[in-house]
Amino acid sequence: MALLELRNITKRFGNLDAVKEVTLDIETGEFFTLLGPSGCGKTTILRMIAGFDAPDEGELFLEGKSLAGISPEQRPVHTVFQSYALFPHLTVVGNIAFPLEMAGLPISDIRLRVKETLELVHLEDKGGAYPHELSGGQKQRVALARGLVNKPRLLLLDEPLGALDAKLRERMQVELVALQREVGITFVFVTHAQQEALALSHRIAVMNAGRVEQVDVPEVLYSSPKNRFVADFIGNINLIDCFVVDSNHHGLRLNAQGLGEIAAPAQTEMGIGRHGVLALRPEYLRVGPANVPPTLKNHFLGMVSEYLFLGDETVYKILLDNGMTLEALVANAAPGRARFHEIGDRVLVEWRHDAGVFLLA
Amino acid sequence: MRAFSFWPKGDRLTRWLVTLPPSLFLIVFFLLPSLIMVAASFRAPGEFGGLAPLAERGLTLDAYRFLTEDIIYLWILAKSFLVAGLTTMFCLLLAFPVALLIARSPKRQRDFLVLLVILPFASNFLIRIYAWIIMLGPMNLLYSPVAVILGMVYVHLPFMILPLYTNLEKHDPALLEAAQDLGAGAWTRFWRVTWPLALPGVLSGSALVFIPVLGMFAVPELLGGTGDILIGNLIKEQFLDNRDWPLGASLSLGLTAAVLGVAALSVMLARRRSGKLGASV
Repeated sequence: MALLELRNITKRFGNLDAVKEVTLDIETGEFFTLLGPSGCGKTTILRMIAGFDAPDEGELFLEGKSLAGISPEQRPVHTVFQSYALFPHLTVVGNIAFPLEMAGLPISDIRLRVKETLELVHLEDKGGAYPHELSGGQKQRVALARGLVNKPRLLLLDEPLGALDAKLRERMQVELVALQREVGITFVFVTHAQQEALALSHRIAVMNAGRVEQVDVPEVLYSSPKNRFVADFIGNINLIDCFVVDSNHHGLRLNAQGLGEIAAPAQTEMGIGRHGVLALRPEYLRVGPANVPPTLKNHFLGMVSEYLFLGDETVYKILLDNGMTLEALVANAAPGRARFHEIGDRVLVEWRHDAGVFLLA
Repeated sequence: MRAFSFWPKGDRLTRWLVTLPPSLFLIVFFLLPSLIMVAASFRAPGEFGGLAPLAERGLTLDAYRFLTEDIIYLWILAKSFLVAGLTTMFCLLLAFPVALLIARSPKRQRDFLVLLVILPFASNFLIRIYAWIIMLGPMNLLYSPVAVILGMVYVHLPFMILPLYTNLEKHDPALLEAAQDLGAGAWTRFWRVTWPLALPGVLSGSALVFIPVLGMFAVPELLGGTGDILIGNLIKEQFLDNRDWPLGASLSLGLTAAVLGVAALSVMLARRRSGKLGASV
């Protein structure tokens, strides 16, 4: 039995279906992420788990027991708010002690637990400070400590890293993963940042317009997106319009307008003539000089139209001779070479026949 | 990091020019009159009001001697404090729910509700008090301490509602959600979050009610009985009826000293309180 089950949850605001028939299982000890663009319903799901909103249809179960009619203060579920929502009139210690006081713990236990939790988030020396005296990263840690201290069954995190600058954000990501592993509490994390989701999560539910598009571990989500939305939302991807020419257990033969035949990995039940897109990650592409003979089955000529030098890697935009633009990510791995091609260079683009995934339109 | 300053650093001239008019105003209309009162309290009363010529009677401590000789003045001062305290308490009890309601109304309705609170100011103060006379008469409450408190609360209620509303409106609603999320019921949320955060509003509202009530003479005169005179009435009588300006001046200074004493005490209490917050664990 899953720790938290969402069964056919629908939530409407006026005429708008904020969440549509969502069914999810979240397992004990998981770092589970709800990922999607703003307005996709991920925060609404979080609020329903916390108890601030009630679903219009469907039901939530925590450890097999329905959450219907149970108010937020009675749920063993705590939230780390996007704005942190630290109590400004209480010190760090006062904030962290709050849920323990609410639970009616004896004062000696409260002291001990607060001390342990302060150590856990590396704020031992900030116990007497007020929230306005803390930096963004410190506030973030106090909010985490306050959410964790009473050992909830679930900790909900609503874009908790959104207000931090890039450097700090990266550091907090590492800390967050370590923290979750250490305390073993189930995390439900909401974000619109796909990289963050990939880096932190055990499993990710990709949401779009109130629905769950795909639930999978990050690697599968990245390499085998189920549909065009997921492919496009997670990472960068080339989408090549094409239709099926032949399909067997060795692979697919596709045809793209003006490009000719493309070999793609086998997929079951793919009828001939069906239209769709071949989704191809930029790092699957190989880019070489046009005068070197091709070594792979899928090879096309083009010209470098733009590049973005990232240091360790370079993103090339390549205009193929049929007018289509592909994006290729090339590691700058050769010693002494910072970059390989200039704008206007004729290049040969190649990729393996087992790279990419064909998605029906 | 340099502390934020509203004034560009070194622009002293601007600072002086901006603060000069209010400073002048306060000097001319507050500081000088206060000094005149201090001077008057050491003079002798004139035969037909005003002050006796300095050359004839000189300086005297008569007014202060008179004050300390009769316990009645202290009693009236104490009674005035009691009335001011009760009025402040009732205003707070009535104003808090109202201010909370306005602060939690949709934004578009708030301005309208605030307008309703200040609407009574549109009609004359005396007319509103006379309306109370008409209402209280048949209820057999007129000319009683109850009538005085009722009138005081009625007149000063907006001065409690407005600062409270200004404070409560700024509260982040996420704080209450956080408190609820962490296990606090409605009552606990109020006492542990809303109330402590509202304290600055409570303090300024209380000051805006307590201090004017102490000096108020119209309400007790119109609604109270002969036994209900307060320190404000007493001061007014010395100047207008008894024509004993030095006594009036010394009473007035005594009141000022008492008010400053209370203010100092409440500031000290507030400091001690904020020092304790959060240190309880």
